[in-house]
Amino acid sequence: MTNKGFNEQELLHALKHYLPSQTPLKDFIHHNSLHAFQKMKFYDAIFKASAIFGYQVTLPLTDFRTLYKIGRIKESILEKIIRDRKISNLENWKDKVLFKTYNEHNDYRIGKLRANWKKIYKIDLDTAVQPLLFRILASYLDQGVSVWQFPEHASGLIAALQEIERNNYISIFKTSRARKLLLQPDISITQLLNIIVGKEEYFNQYIFDQQFSHRGWSGMVSTLEDKPASLLDPKKISLNDLLVFELILEIDCLEHETKGNWQPLASTVTESPVDLFDDPQETELSEILKIWQDAFEWSYYDEVLAAMQKLNTQNRSKEPSAPLTKSFQAVFCIDERECSLRRHIESLDKQCETFGCPGFFGVEFYFQAEHAKFYDKLCPAPVTPSYLIKEYDVSEKRKHDLLYTKKTHQLITGFISAVTFGFWAVIRLVQNLFSPKMSPAISNAFAHMNEQGKLTIENKDINDKENGLQIGFTIEEMATRVMGVLNGIGLTSGFAPLIYIVAHGSSSANNPHHGAHDCGACSGRPGSVNARVFAAMANHKEVRKLLTERGITIPDTCQFIGALHDTAADQIEFYDVTELNAVNAAAHKINYSVFDNALDLNAKERSRRFASIDTSDDLKKIRKAIKDRSVSLFEPRPELGHGTNTLCIVGKRELTKGLFLDRRAFLNSYSYQLDPEGKFLTGVMRPLGPVCGGINLEYYFSRVDNYKLGAGTKLPHNVVGLIGVTNSSDGDLRPGLPWQMIEVHDPLRLMIIVEHYPEVVLKTIQSVPEMYEWFINEWVHLVSIHPESKKTYYFNNGEFIIYEPEVKEVRIYKDVNTLLETAKEMETNHISDATQENLPVYLQSEI
Amino acid sequence: MEQLLQLFIFVPLAGFLISFFFSNKQEKYISAVAFITVGSQLLGLTAFISFWLISGSPDLNLKHLVFYKEGNIEIFLDFFFDKITAVFGLAGALLTFLVFVFSKFYLHRDEGYKRFFNTVLLFFFGYNIAIFAGNFETLFIGWEFLGITSFLLIAFYRDRFLPVKNALKTISMYRLGDICLILALWMSHHLWHENITFQKLQDTAAVSSHIQDHLPLALFTFFMILLSASIKSAQFPFSSWLPRAMEGPTTSSAVFYGSLSVHMGVFLLLRTYSFWESIFVIKAVIVVIGILTTFIASSIANVQSTVKTQIAYSSIAQIGLMFVEVALGWHTLALIHFAGNAFLRTYQLLVSPSVLGYLVHDQIFNPTVKETKSYSPSVKKIRNTFYLLCIKEWNMDSFLKQLFWNPLKFIGKLFQPLITNTSLILLSVIYIGGLLFFYFDDHIPPHVDEITHLFFAFASMILVLVSFAEKKSPVKAWILIILSQFYCVLSIALLNDEYQFTEIFMYAGGLLVAAIIGIFNLMRLKKLENTITLNDFYGLAYSHPKLAFYFLLSCFAFLSLPFTPSFIGIDLIFSHIDKEEYLLITFTTINFLVLELAVLRIYARLFLGPHIRHTHPIAYRSS
Repeated sequence: MTNKGFNEQELLHALKHYLPSQTPLKDFIHHNSLHAFQKMKFYDAIFKASAIFGYQVTLPLTDFRTLYKIGRIKESILEKIIRDRKISNLENWKDKVLFKTYNEHNDYRIGKLRANWKKIYKIDLDTAVQPLLFRILASYLDQGVSVWQFPEHASGLIAALQEIERNNYISIFKTSRARKLLLQPDISITQLLNIIVGKEEYFNQYIFDQQFSHRGWSGMVSTLEDKPASLLDPKKISLNDLLVFELILEIDCLEHETKGNWQPLASTVTESPVDLFDDPQETELSEILKIWQDAFEWSYYDEVLAAMQKLNTQNRSKEPSAPLTKSFQAVFCIDERECSLRRHIESLDKQCETFGCPGFFGVEFYFQAEHAKFYDKLCPAPVTPSYLIKEYDVSEKRKHDLLYTKKTHQLITGFISAVTFGFWAVIRLVQNLFSPKMSPAISNAFAHMNEQGKLTIENKDINDKENGLQIGFTIEEMATRVMGVLNGIGLTSGFAPLIYIVAHGSSSANNPHHGAHDCGACSGRPGSVNARVFAAMANHKEVRKLLTERGITIPDTCQFIGALHDTAADQIEFYDVTELNAVNAAAHKINYSVFDNALDLNAKERSRRFASIDTSDDLKKIRKAIKDRSVSLFEPRPELGHGTNTLCIVGKRELTKGLFLDRRAFLNSYSYQLDPEGKFLTGVMRPLGPVCGGINLEYYFSRVDNYKLGAGTKLPHNVVGLIGVTNSSDGDLRPGLPWQMIEVHDPLRLMIIVEHYPEVVLKTIQSVPEMYEWFINEWVHLVSIHPESKKTYYFNNGEFIIYEPEVKEVRIYKDVNTLLETAKEMETNHISDATQENLPVYLQSEI
Repeated sequence: MEQLLQLFIFVPLAGFLISFFFSNKQEKYISAVAFITVGSQLLGLTAFISFWLISGSPDLNLKHLVFYKEGNIEIFLDFFFDKITAVFGLAGALLTFLVFVFSKFYLHRDEGYKRFFNTVLLFFFGYNIAIFAGNFETLFIGWEFLGITSFLLIAFYRDRFLPVKNALKTISMYRLGDICLILALWMSHHLWHENITFQKLQDTAAVSSHIQDHLPLALFTFFMILLSASIKSAQFPFSSWLPRAMEGPTTSSAVFYGSLSVHMGVFLLLRTYSFWESIFVIKAVIVVIGILTTFIASSIANVQSTVKTQIAYSSIAQIGLMFVEVALGWHTLALIHFAGNAFLRTYQLLVSPSVLGYLVHDQIFNPTVKETKSYSPSVKKIRNTFYLLCIKEWNMDSFLKQLFWNPLKFIGKLFQPLITNTSLILLSVIYIGGLLFFYFDDHIPPHVDEITHLFFAFASMILVLVSFAEKKSPVKAWILIILSQFYCVLSIALLNDEYQFTEIFMYAGGLLVAAIIGIFNLMRLKKLENTITLNDFYGLAYSHPKLAFYFLLSCFAFLSLPFTPSFIGIDLIFSHIDKEEYLLITFTTINFLVLELAVLRIYARLFLGPHIRHTHPIAYRSS
């Protein structure tokens, strides 16, 4: 984008590119907060974003130095990083890294041009314009908070405002000039900019200044323009309309405050226009920060790689034992929160086997709950499904909560509610404070789909369609999907009699961000329907027939069962258990208790981070306390979401079984043996960037700058129009993650570790340019573990080079419970304290 | 039994003081102190009320500490208990208790954990002083505490711009209410020639006959009380501050603006009912205000698209109804309505984050039906006008700004060029002259004597206004404030020949210490930061938290809070002004009105808001 020759469309396009792209909170989809810069190398990108928009993009220098002092960043790693980057002069650089003081003040570019209004005319345009602007935007887009609807809504914001202005005894504006401008047909951004700025070469800078003074609302408008379907109550809006309206409001304010006595901004400013997007100068400070960030990351990665190498050599030296008869198999989401549950299940039942696979289980569709008027998308965000699964035969009635009725806000009903409900409310409050339990107003993961209801899974007639979506899957389509998943996770033989497909979701109370805790592979919703649909497909006789023809023979005695794990409450629900044959039903009873006991242990493992629970307490008590947290109104941390995620391991379970990874690793099952040429690997690795990388980077940026890139603390949040949160009545929307979700997170980039030959991995990632971008631009790290030599290869500047871990000694643990009970709890949520809660990698001692 | 009343003041005070002794990390202890304090208040009050009910629920009065006695001026604490106190006391203790239990977990690991509990405990202390108050002086002390704790909790997230801005906005409204209460107090001195207790006001017959004899004085007093009540309860046209006050943690918004603080206007009307019940016009005005507010606020509530502001406006509407109920004498209904509304709104605010999940879920099954009805052009026009009026909150915000603050700022700016460093020295010299005047009062010709005090009062007001308008030097603004207060006290001294040096010292002495600490802090800050101005927010509490705290304490001295003897001084000043001194009372009132804002403005600009150095994450202005 250049400043010469102003072009409205180019400007809007550029704006959209840089604005936040978070959708309304009901569909929380994690993504790289700096997605606009993803075409650049990570460090170049973040420092550029910082120079333009003022984001803090790494920890501050002092924090890094503290981490070094407490040993979290290791000296040997720091030296290695400096050596790798600055081959000469190690001591000199080390001295700079550790001691030199820098001017860290970030004098960023955005906002400077527009600040001149205040300097020249003493007018604070933001304070004058924004409250009304936000109010009107929120009322226009409102999804159901306000009692009265916006009076006009048909054809876009400006059209609606014109209609209101025309048919009105008062005006939106204070001056007639603004009023005339609004009513002028085809009023354009360029016309308005000519009035307010004057000279074309300043236009782009001015608009960026203006829109980034409230990036939350601008981002929301831009997203809704592109994805109108993310609103249940459809509203037509465009960024163009927002710009026009805001510019008119600004003219109105200037006109009013100066009594018409003002000049276009460009005629009064002395500084020449700035190209916001010029590459910033490289500074020594940014070099130092890069070194620190690398050292911080590798201090952790190095231990992980060392431990994995040790484990692999151990495994190799062991005699390959005869294949055991398996009690059951369970497929979980790759989500790092399932990592601990899998470990506990395996420890309780040595004969079971667990797998990881993206939690939509390869079945992409829209879901319509019975009586629902809308479809829920249940697959990764970029996929657009053409199937529909409908729920039917639900007998249970949906429950309501009278205290949430909008009638309490009206005059007469408000009076009646105050003198009646009011006293009931206080009883409810006491109840929730001292004995919290589930209620209709709490987001309940298990309520997403009714356990007793039925689903339209099979399609018998391809003409059976609704709104262009095919209802259910044909046998052929089912077989393809089941096969895809089984091949992907490397489960093509050795089937246990029972195979659990365990999806996950999260229940929480009083939490507008609950979608961020649900399954990312299901567009921020619980994956229960997917698990159930997959299980039904895999159980289908015709599907099995087709699978056998294609080389995967599942014994008739083997049955699949769908399930949902509530990651906040640590509860599990199994679906269609009545379909089990007698033998499996009996086995399921035993397995059920394995799951239940594992959930106890999982609750205990999670409880170490919760101040309200004593980790050494009785297991059942802890489990109850964990469940209570998920339904407590006063609990801003029902769970910690993806906090601490750092690793993504693609390979067989043997690669990590025996490691204590502290719930920090996405675990994706994959067998290189079944896929020597990497045919399936492309499919496996392709979503890892956008899904796991997206989660990781959103946590990274929300952690390092919770003010600008995160949503700040949850405590003052105010829900606006059911689409987002602000801090107050006049504030901007706050995209990103709230402080309570990221305080345990160490801002490290994701490291993806793949068990396959480096050359195959290289070929795979290069086959898809969008996938390659993630790695070559260093937004995620990539390591390949050589299946034979077990050596580690690190992907660096387009090639794999061998990596020898610095650490020689790997930490050993005997009993996980002791490890958990003795772990430290953070004293404050400052990074130097918070990071101490995150345990390093441990290897289980061989008994 | 009366003696027990003071317990309900001491318990919260003790809790507040004890809670200071813990560090922010000792969350368990801090919350335990709050829990025990308010819990024992709740239990004690329940027991007390049961006992009181058994004894036939008599009105109780306890004359407490006498601060000052000179001639017919006696300033003392007084406590009073009747069914109004019982209901407000019980509801207050219950809600504060529940909110503390809620906050114990909700605020976990917030860097302001201790600050939150300290401030809410201080609020609880102030609330109890106000509702147990037996006279206007005592009530005023509680009233002031509510104001300052509101400021501190709205600006709880002090590193952002909007909380600080809105905290200043709210405190400026509160201050207006406080000044009205002071004026009511002042006039009531002249009306009764004593510091009348609420108990004496219960004697309806005597009160109404006295009032009929002094109707103008009484009317003035009532209107001031009404104004003060309307502001505190965000009645029309003073409503727009309430939704903007929801800046702190949800729990503090719930207890302040959902329930307790915002109902204090109703309390004040209930408390003074016997005082004005015989005057029809007052009742009529209250009914009109109440109905107008109810109508306007509930229509504004209907267009709110954010959950908290919606609750704010619907609560205001209900309080409007309560005003009507009180005026019509339906007090039991008003008390039930108060308790129910306070409970309901507290609950709604506490669960406000769940509204998103609940209503979105609801919408999936019951989508919004778009209004498709077409209206005739004139109906459409009326509907649109009304909608827009509500969206703009009936322009209440800009109306108040233009009515009150802009003129004051204008005067300040007008006189600004006159106040240079030289003229400051000159003013100090004049002041010494004034002191000599005071000392040799007997030798001054009467016609000079009659206007000197006016000169000093006027100068004092101008000094505060100029300080309020000062954009550059915080030290200068601070000195102007100090000087103005010395001018103010001298003007009263010159007016009253019986005014003693001790009284001057009473007021000035406390201020002097605070003034010196303040100057010292500002100088130190200037040295550390090189340039500091009042043109923008500096957020220096981030880098100099200790200086910020000490400076805040020295600010408190100017806010007539009972931290220094000055707070008796302000009472004294007013009790010395005669009811015929229109000019003097105007100057002094404006002086005190702007004083608090001028002081807090310096504090806010220097220490609050986004930190000036971007070496760490800084909030957007709009967030």
